[in-house]
Amino acid sequence: MKTNKIFNILLISFASLSISCHKEVQPEFDPSKRGFILLEFDNVVGTRDLELNRGVYRNAAGEDFTVTQLLYYVSNIRLKKADGTEYVVPQDSSYFLVREHVPDTHVIRLSVPQGDYIGVSFILGVDSLRSTMDISRRQGVLNPTDMTREEGMYWTWNSGYIFLRLEGTSPQIAPDPAGNRRFRYHIGGFGGGFGNPPVRTINNIKKIELSFKRDVAKVRSKSTPQMHIIADVLKVFNGPNTISLAQNPTVMFSPFSVNVANNYQHMFEYHHMHTVASR
Amino acid sequence: MKKLTIFTIASVVFAISVSISCKQGDINPAIEVQVPPYFPPMVYDLQKNPVTQAGFELGKALFYEGQLSRDGMVSCGFCHQQSAGFTHHGHDLSHGVDDRLGKRNALPIQNMAFLSDFMWDGGIHDLDLQPLAPIENPVEMDESLPNVLEKLRRNPKYPPMFQRAFGTPEITGERLLKALSQFMVVMISANSRYDKYLRGQIQLTSDELRGLQLFKEKGCDKCHAGALFTDQSYRNNGLSLEFNQDLGRYEITLNEQDKYKFRVPSLRNVEVTRPYMHDGRFRNLEMVLDHYSEGMADIPTLDSIFRRPDGKRGIPMTAEEKRLIIAFLKTLTDEEFLTDKRFSEEH
Repeated sequence: MKTNKIFNILLISFASLSISCHKEVQPEFDPSKRGFILLEFDNVVGTRDLELNRGVYRNAAGEDFTVTQLLYYVSNIRLKKADGTEYVVPQDSSYFLVREHVPDTHVIRLSVPQGDYIGVSFILGVDSLRSTMDISRRQGVLNPTDMTREEGMYWTWNSGYIFLRLEGTSPQIAPDPAGNRRFRYHIGGFGGGFGNPPVRTINNIKKIELSFKRDVAKVRSKSTPQMHIIADVLKVFNGPNTISLAQNPTVMFSPFSVNVANNYQHMFEYHHMHTVASR
Repeated sequence: MKKLTIFTIASVVFAISVSISCKQGDINPAIEVQVPPYFPPMVYDLQKNPVTQAGFELGKALFYEGQLSRDGMVSCGFCHQQSAGFTHHGHDLSHGVDDRLGKRNALPIQNMAFLSDFMWDGGIHDLDLQPLAPIENPVEMDESLPNVLEKLRRNPKYPPMFQRAFGTPEITGERLLKALSQFMVVMISANSRYDKYLRGQIQLTSDELRGLQLFKEKGCDKCHAGALFTDQSYRNNGLSLEFNQDLGRYEITLNEQDKYKFRVPSLRNVEVTRPYMHDGRFRNLEMVLDHYSEGMADIPTLDSIFRRPDGKRGIPMTAEEKRLIIAFLKTLTDEEFLTDKRFSEEH
């Protein structure tokens, strides 16, 4: 603690520095004013960075694999304050699609009241309410008419969003008729609620809660914390259930998909914080 | 200004009209969607998508637009032909682009505003989202929505039509879907001889009346219930799995109890929507009734309504009873709907 204070004093004296790791820009803040917090999703595989189409990784089932595509929805974000209250990001602007091949989508920028934040929670996927809303309420990344086949995150025949889409290849997978050894994991399922009487279906909506551990994200008019969150693809296969790609090369809307979702709910980990001084 | 009444039934007095008011001098007049009083409440929310003349016309143009498919040839109307009750005339399974064969028989498009779910397995829960499925299905229209929208934007015919329907020429997926819905919600079939009989306008023949009585006595109306002739449930009616193991409703609910169950289809215009069943296996109504009387396979999820105390399956019917029931079913044919120019492809 003492060393930390000295460290801060040192930093303040170097006021020209614009970026630092634990910089106290202003002790006071005005909660009636807004600032920004950034959530950065850094997709990795175990101890290694995720490299699409190139990196070769090994899962707990002993299978080698390469990832060609990773997309997932982050929605319904809530930020936990040091005083125990929560800031709920307005629902209409709380849907984001992280696409590994588009680096801009890795960082989610949120406008929030100034304050001290100690944790975040979000849904990996799309909540059931939004999944059944009128088409006019599904804009941006939720617009089912704005998706290409290659990056489709919506099942047209079984109305609902794909929460996480992970595709790749593995030499252990038997070749398909075209000779490709592909795996395709399209995981969704919002629990149903349609039909008369209402039908319950599998619910793969996962709420993720992350504490910022010993860090406090101090959102100020001149300070924008960037929270670095690790998403470990390996956890999709290695978790409560050890999943073999050779045995399950295709997992979409099926009872087995629940095992995948129960694994990937553990794939996120808060790692560290940067503080970016705003201009 | 001239009020457009696009659905004409002789006794307007009986009609409940779900109407959107139309101000004097509107360039794009509203369309009144008129519903007979004996119909169930409308499921589709017209407040969210008021039907207008220009919206309806755009929806119709899109319904018959081949550009919605990858090869430019397969429109919605290709598999949903008016004279066949908007089904694929004579096809057990429909073929899409490159003659690829679908896995299920095309359902009729009629009275869609009253349905809560769509498709044989009920996998779609909003009429607005329904057209996405055939457009993107590789064995149907095999096209992506972004491509469809791009093609429409480049087609000089469409921006002005979108402008008239929605106020600006912008072509979006939401507008495309809302326009198609506007066309489809107006497609109400309620002018069959049976409807006119219900409204006291005509009398049915004695055979038809005996058929109607048998339809109730045999319990057909337990599932083919009400004015829509469907209770909108999903059931297994004992179709043999020998040649087709389509899991039906199970694919949507993943519930074991739903294996091999399919939508109870409406019987309106059933005379012209042959062949029958989700895979079109029966060529005519006689074969259908023969199936119901003695053709049912013993499948664990067979609807209990078909299990008889003596251990046999199906609904006992004599040949004469079947003939009379079919005579009644033909009173559900709505000639006005099947020939209504407002819904017809323009050549």
